Amino acid sequence: MTPLLCVQGITKRYGAHIGCTDVSFDLYPGEVMGIVGESGSGKSTLLNCMAGNLAPDAGQVVFDTRCDGPRETISMSEPERRMLGRTDWAFVHQHARDGLRMGVSAGGNVGERLMALDERHYGDIRDKASDWLGRVEIDASRIDDRPTTFSGGMQQRLQIARNLVTGPRLVFMDEPTGGLDVSVQARLLDLLRGLVRDMGLSAIIVTHDLAVVRLLADRLMVMKDGHVVEAGLTDQVLDDPQHAYSQLLVSSVLQV
Amino acid sequence: MIELKHVSKAFTLHNQGSAVIEVINDVSFAVAAGECVALTGASGAGKSTLMRMIYGNYLTQSGQILIDDLDLVQAEPREIITLRRDVLGYVSQFLRVVPRVPTLDVVAEPLRLLGVSAVDAQRRASALLHQLNIPERLWSLSPTTFSGGEQQRVNIARGFTYNFPAILLDEPTASLDAANRDVVLSLIEDAKARGAAIIGIFHDEAARSRVCDREIDISRFTPGMVA
Amino acid sequence: MTHQDNYNFAYLDEQTKRMIRRAILKGLAIPGYQVPFASREMPMPYGWGTGGVQVSAAVLTPEDTFKVIDQGADDTTNAVSIRTFFQRTAGVATTTATQDATVIQTRHRIPEESLGEGQILVYQVPIPEPLRFLEPRESETRKMHSLEEYGLMHVKLYEDISRHGHIATSYAYPVKVEGRYVMDPSPIPKFDNPKLGDMAAIQLFGAGREQRIYALPPYTNVISLDFEDHPFEASKANHPCGMCGSTDSYLDELIVDDAGRRMFICSDTDYCETRQAAGHKGKDAA
Repeated sequence: MTPLLCVQGITKRYGAHIGCTDVSFDLYPGEVMGIVGESGSGKSTLLNCMAGNLAPDAGQVVFDTRCDGPRETISMSEPERRMLGRTDWAFVHQHARDGLRMGVSAGGNVGERLMALDERHYGDIRDKASDWLGRVEIDASRIDDRPTTFSGGMQQRLQIARNLVTGPRLVFMDEPTGGLDVSVQARLLDLLRGLVRDMGLSAIIVTHDLAVVRLLADRLMVMKDGHVVEAGLTDQVLDDPQHAYSQLLVSSVLQV
Repeated sequence: MIELKHVSKAFTLHNQGSAVIEVINDVSFAVAAGECVALTGASGAGKSTLMRMIYGNYLTQSGQILIDDLDLVQAEPREIITLRRDVLGYVSQFLRVVPRVPTLDVVAEPLRLLGVSAVDAQRRASALLHQLNIPERLWSLSPTTFSGGEQQRVNIARGFTYNFPAILLDEPTASLDAANRDVVLSLIEDAKARGAAIIGIFHDEAARSRVCDREIDISRFTPGMVA
Repeated sequence: MTHQDNYNFAYLDEQTKRMIRRAILKGLAIPGYQVPFASREMPMPYGWGTGGVQVSAAVLTPEDTFKVIDQGADDTTNAVSIRTFFQRTAGVATTTATQDATVIQTRHRIPEESLGEGQILVYQVPIPEPLRFLEPRESETRKMHSLEEYGLMHVKLYEDISRHGHIATSYAYPVKVEGRYVMDPSPIPKFDNPKLGDMAAIQLFGAGREQRIYALPPYTNVISLDFEDHPFEASKANHPCGMCGSTDSYLDELIVDDAGRRMFICSDTDYCETRQAAGHKGKDAA
């Protein structure tokens, strides 16, 4: 089977400081990969390099596109990469404000990607937006409200709807539950689990929260100081960590 | 169906002076379709550890663990995930669930992962919950607030919803009363009859003798344990 | 009248006119594309038509006849000022008759009378960027234009329909030019939008404060943006002109007394007067 995403040797330096170094892995359709580490581990740098938001100093990211087969995305032209970012790829930011247009209604936010892909029927666009609001458990009556009137959890769910409306195959998530109340996090994780399963999504999730990866990720990479120190099945890495840092990380989590 | 060849494992605790703890040394045995094999041995012998190794939850240092021709020790994570979805079931000692999911959905999940419709999966889950005497009024609640015995029965229901060709059971009858123990043992017998290969850990000798064809004493393979 | 000796023809020096003409040529070559230009200090402040004045200054020749309208009228203070400005600095003939003018500078209206192949229409533009109110970053809007990413434009129209039940944009209605660039036609009423396309005259747009020039060469394809189920409508008030009786010109609504009585009159004063001179009379004509 062809990997959906083939990451090879991604390296990014900030002067003498290592952001991330020589990261490689393959991601297959339907797999969810978690990347954990503490602040400064390089996980966000890695995510942004893969998603095309940062230019890495070295490495390749090959994505299996629908029309043209495997394509290297770092050397893609900007229009192509931006198109990829609107269709097959999605990026969920930690802060909903970075991923939403706060001055546009919920329906407009969800419909924007559709309109960017030349959909020109107002009624259809509105129906699809409504449908998606339902799927992320936002009441359909809020379709014309601005996200500034939404709670943090609702804003995050709106961001997810906005990203998933075009049926992407790969979703990048940067701390999707960061900053949310615990009960809100639980609801969001339930939702993500369901969507990942129902839509057959592949995802790469960066987080410092081990509970999030245990719930959502099939595979796990542990990062420290820009290096991947351990990788494997999520439950195996969390229950039987081999590397000293992984063991430290796992043992530091408080059992409530 | 399930075959272990010269399997060994040690834990290295890096943050505790790099202490190395050998837990299993050179285990080999096989379980055929329709067989139920019990792992026995004193507490701490490594029975649960071995079971987790067979499930891929613990890393195996050396040897081969072949399940339906896939060597777990060398397999890619996605191969193990596919195996766990299609072939290998595991009922651990403790119920681990996603918070807030209703019991019916917890039990239906393995079938949903296989693409079975929500309606059909829930129907099958209901049948099992009935069999295991979980009252219907509890089905819409999360099992996290249930008693130990109820949780164990939900755990078992989840493990038997799909007819796995290979099943691992860790203390399936502990914390159950006689009636429910009987139900669980019948489920195991049914699974055997349709050709599943089963490895189980049973504290209860009566249960062991009823469903198991063979016993393997794990303390033989535990370094530092007297058989 | 010859122009005053202490000014170069049409006020601007020749090098500046050259720079502006280059921008104009570029704009004509890429219809709808906003060409940056080095906007000069003019003897009126920003927001008073400096863009239009600079474009007019660059295209005027001594043989031209110049007309200035402000929301359709030749006789507002600003129209009169600009007309006088060019009388003094260029010495060109001026007129209020649309068909006699060779260069027409306009603020926020297109003349009712069809323009011909020898004429140039110069628009005054406040904000040239149609996406500005949705995307404040210039870096982003430039990318959107260059990559033809116009989804956001339709988001604006979507928002209108969701809030008002119809596309509420009534002026500065965005258009797509030659199927490529989305353009802001300046704050003309949407009633005027259909005139933009296939016009025989050259249309030039100047934004002085924002320092952009864009253009529509003659017979350019210009389509107003809309949705399939909410098509564009060039609407206007449901009245005939009170003075000349015209039913197909854009009207100004005037409150004539303290009782709130209102009268609707053609916004294009030359058009209205020409019709009245030809004998047409509206119900409010004296």
